[in-house]
Amino acid sequence: MRRFQDAGVLAGLAIVAILFGLLIGPQFFSAANLELMARQTAIVCVAALGMTMVIVAGGIDLSVGSVIALSTVVTAQLLRADSWPLVAAAGAIGAGAACGLMNGVLITGLRVVPFIITLGTMLLVRGAAKGLADERRLEAPLTWLNSMLRTVRDGSGVLLPWGIWVVILLAVLVAITLQFTRFGRHLFAIGSNERTARLCGVRVERRKIAVYTIAGAFAGLAGVMEFSRLSVGDPTVAIGAELGVIAAVIIGGGSLSGGKGTVVGTIAGAGIMTLIQIGCSQHGLPNWVQEIVTGTIIVFAVALDHFRSRVSR
Amino acid sequence: MRGVRKAFGGTIALDGVDLAVRGGEVCALVGQNGAGKSTLMSVLAGATLPDAGSMTLNGAPYAPRDPREARNAGVAMIYQELSLAPHMSVMDNIALGLEPSRQGVLGSVGLLQRDAMRRTARSALSQLGHSDIPVDVPVGELSPAAQQLVEIARALACGCRVLVLDEPTSSLAHGDVRKLFELIGRLKQQGHAIVYISHFIEEVTEVSDRFVVLRDGRNAGEGVTTETSADRIVSLMVGRTLDDLYPRGRRAIGEPLLRLEELSPGRLDPASFTLHRGEILGIAGLLGAGRTRLLRGLFALDPVKSGSVKLGVHRGPSAPAEWWQHGMGMLSEDRTGEGLATNLNIADNLTMTRLEGPARGFFVSPSQQRHSATQWIERLEIRSTGPAQVVARLSGGNQQKVALARLLHHDVDVLVLDEPTRGIDVASKAQIYKLIDELVRNPGAGRPARAVLVVSSYFPELLALCDRIAVMSRGHLSEPRPASEWTEHALVMEASGTGLPHRSEGRP
Repeated sequence: MRRFQDAGVLAGLAIVAILFGLLIGPQFFSAANLELMARQTAIVCVAALGMTMVIVAGGIDLSVGSVIALSTVVTAQLLRADSWPLVAAAGAIGAGAACGLMNGVLITGLRVVPFIITLGTMLLVRGAAKGLADERRLEAPLTWLNSMLRTVRDGSGVLLPWGIWVVILLAVLVAITLQFTRFGRHLFAIGSNERTARLCGVRVERRKIAVYTIAGAFAGLAGVMEFSRLSVGDPTVAIGAELGVIAAVIIGGGSLSGGKGTVVGTIAGAGIMTLIQIGCSQHGLPNWVQEIVTGTIIVFAVALDHFRSRVSR
Repeated sequence: MRGVRKAFGGTIALDGVDLAVRGGEVCALVGQNGAGKSTLMSVLAGATLPDAGSMTLNGAPYAPRDPREARNAGVAMIYQELSLAPHMSVMDNIALGLEPSRQGVLGSVGLLQRDAMRRTARSALSQLGHSDIPVDVPVGELSPAAQQLVEIARALACGCRVLVLDEPTSSLAHGDVRKLFELIGRLKQQGHAIVYISHFIEEVTEVSDRFVVLRDGRNAGEGVTTETSADRIVSLMVGRTLDDLYPRGRRAIGEPLLRLEELSPGRLDPASFTLHRGEILGIAGLLGAGRTRLLRGLFALDPVKSGSVKLGVHRGPSAPAEWWQHGMGMLSEDRTGEGLATNLNIADNLTMTRLEGPARGFFVSPSQQRHSATQWIERLEIRSTGPAQVVARLSGGNQQKVALARLLHHDVDVLVLDEPTRGIDVASKAQIYKLIDELVRNPGAGRPARAVLVVSSYFPELLALCDRIAVMSRGHLSEPRPASEWTEHALVMEASGTGLPHRSEGRP
């Protein structure tokens, strides 16, 4: 059943790819173009990996975009204070995890739905990022961090930019976590029926706090990657990014009512959106066409999924 | 309905079923879960299109394509789970879908005529003899019994002449069942045709004029209720005689396992009892008496005000996780709302409390999950396509077996069972009784006997199954007494608070 579902998204990805291949020609699949797509997807992918776990557990996290912005600012501030690049990155990921921890604690402690809590923290974190950056873009010294998503032709990474390898490694880890660890199976249980999970001795609150914290750390890493591209800390970056991240999970077969979602699906979902973006711009279609196409795909992906589960029932 | 057939994929749900109901008659439709009752009724109500067969209504051909057409033709279905909008008022619910609009321009923009709606609602309720139900309060604030009346009133308000009641008593307390039967009698006199679906043979013999038995998607027999014994109906349903519904072997009561000391969850009186190895202790009580609250407090699902629970050396109030760890498991009364994650498959549900795999359970091995699930599916004869089948697609009885199998898989010492046989078919019931009996006598593999605490509002099963029974009434738990000292009559009296005089001393 799960594999069948991924097959649907992957088929969608293939169809979109072939369509643009026909429109644009074989150069659409050139190594350089494929690398470009991977580099463009990477940031959304990292955040979407965390979001997949949150959505599987029946939650949602709207604060992702703000956490990304905060993370770029933290990275920049630490680099300006002459920290080692690794420490700067760790600090930014830690800040993301702290935001996630706050989300988790508020959601379980106040028993308010995650949509509302993270809507609040979305503003709160955005404000914190702006305060920390003094409402400016923070220039930071160039370090090896900036090579994270730089193309291999500039001599960073093997076959793919090293940042992409990090994403692939994390994707494998999250996939294993979801399918083959107790923590992952508990997330599915919580998302499918929280009361059942509680009855079965799942420590629901702890698991939720953990999953939001992990998702926050992933968003923090996405912020480090964003910084590596921008090479400035920008508190106004990634506004609305959470919607793209959520869309990737949903196109990939995740359900907002919980209990469903896979890593392969999410990555394919993010891939579909990137394909459309790059395909449209390379075909010379204006921005608004991309947006209409992406919107349509989200609606139909979800409708198709509902239709399929009704038919098989 | 003549020769109705319906197949879902490879399984034939209905194989040429006939059913006839006259006006002014109550016809009981009985059969085990999976016998085809629900499918037959959803064909009648237009929710399922039959593959073959024909239906006539008042002599005219009748072939509804959706529930709205059926309703317009005068056929209404009252489902097991009530389908009311809890935040809307009684009046809005009754008039839902047939709101009288104002004439002219205002009407065409959908402005409603509240007075007419109120009149419709009032007259429908008074037709039921229940004009006492206020029409302006939100439905969610009414008792389950009153909600059911609203649902029936809604069917009458659309002018329905054929009413299908699917397990109408499953959410009702004893007294409300009586009132429902009176209401059914009144509807019958008004000339309505009523199809009554139930698992409770006692109800069928009491309320119906005729009965039709379905088994494996075919007619298995029918007759006039007054001329047929309950035993006969049950054996038609099961296809065999029912000698072994309540098996009971010799039990040896062992050492105390679970001890409640003045446990007081929520607003309940402090409750105390001791459960021994090899013993089944029953708690009898009506809906709302506080039985479920007591169990939830005991299992640490709800907060406890005072008192304690002792299981071996472990002392609670604790957390469900710790109770599982120390060998106590609970079966929820709310099978689909709490007991099972219905979107997950059998293997996931069954192994949820005990996920096995490498690295001391940090990793989970799906093949091991499937393997365990397959064993339990075979042992409990769970009808399914395999461990990967989603639980939502199983029948009620088979779902309950999955929920129970979780406790067996976890290998708990103390089983806390809340309404273990509610709403499931007779064959599954018999199997569950047999299983519980085996658990306290000889669970096999050289394991010691278990202890079972079972709550039920179906007293005959408690009397047959338990060694001792305590009664819960209005938040107070009586002293447990040997089952042989109880009769069904005495249990009903005690549970409804009209019991023996010593009862009143227990309350402060």
